[in-house]
Amino acid sequence: MIPQCLSTGPTAGSCSGSVEDALTGSSKITVVPTRGEQESRVWIERLRATGPERDAALVELHALLLRAARFEIGRRSGSRALRGGDYDDLAQQSADDALVAILRKLDDFRGESRFTTWAYKFALYESAVKVRKRAWQGREIPLAPEAWPLIADDHQHTAQQSVETTDQLSALREAIEEDLSPHQREVLVALALNDVPIDVLAERLNTTRGALYKTLHDGRQKLRGALTARGLGLEEHKEQTPA
Amino acid sequence: MTKPFSHDQDRLLARLIGPPGPEISCEECFEQLDLYVELELAGSDAEAAVPGMRAHLEGCGACAEDRESLHAMLSREASSGT
Repeated sequence: MIPQCLSTGPTAGSCSGSVEDALTGSSKITVVPTRGEQESRVWIERLRATGPERDAALVELHALLLRAARFEIGRRSGSRALRGGDYDDLAQQSADDALVAILRKLDDFRGESRFTTWAYKFALYESAVKVRKRAWQGREIPLAPEAWPLIADDHQHTAQQSVETTDQLSALREAIEEDLSPHQREVLVALALNDVPIDVLAERLNTTRGALYKTLHDGRQKLRGALTARGLGLEEHKEQTPA
Repeated sequence: MTKPFSHDQDRLLARLIGPPGPEISCEECFEQLDLYVELELAGSDAEAAVPGMRAHLEGCGACAEDRESLHAMLSREASSGT
């Protein structure tokens, strides 16, 4: 890890060492931990302790994770999937799962952020995934390639309707049909056209978010190349509209 | 000659073709997310510290939501002084 004084982190300029350095004393420079680093070090020490000290740290950490889970689920409270009683059950499950994940990955914490920031991301992730899955519980996942030509039909009725529009959409449709593998096409249709959450699709296909995104990425690369080959090279779009 | 795309098609193409340039994976994104968001909130150049993160967040809706959530959580804590 790069000492903070050599990085552009939030504590840049303080010329402090990393948490690892502070713990091991391995740094050659004079280490003056920041308040955040000191707090992180204390968290790690308490979670690696035994007996009542560790038990107390686990209780505190769970409370912190529960706060994050409630925050995340609260942000998504508009979801039709959530009813009153479900809300706190889901938060509790998310905090429980996040705590297990954190303890399993404790050695991966490198002190590049505050420990609490690192811990929050697990609770927020668990909560978001659970809400997405709850929202799609019992719903059919549209994977069929027949689903996507409807997009072209919809767009043909917009104000931008033109021969060029039709040509461009036809080229795109052709590239999707001809240049992608069946699996790439299914994943692209589900994620990019039908708005299926990637975690929901991953669960149904018994895979992971990362593996599915790799498939999507590879498919996108093929599509990009195919459109360029058809004379439709892209002026890179400015908008951020993720799958 | 490249053909320009309409506004609606730009949005459609952004979803279908994804961001240009190299991007990190979902696993790398999760691993670096805490550092990235802290740098963003500190006003530092987060993309320089985690190259390829921005492109990934443009291409992956779920990871982008994870980033938004962590950003919002830390912002709330900072404003409430916790």
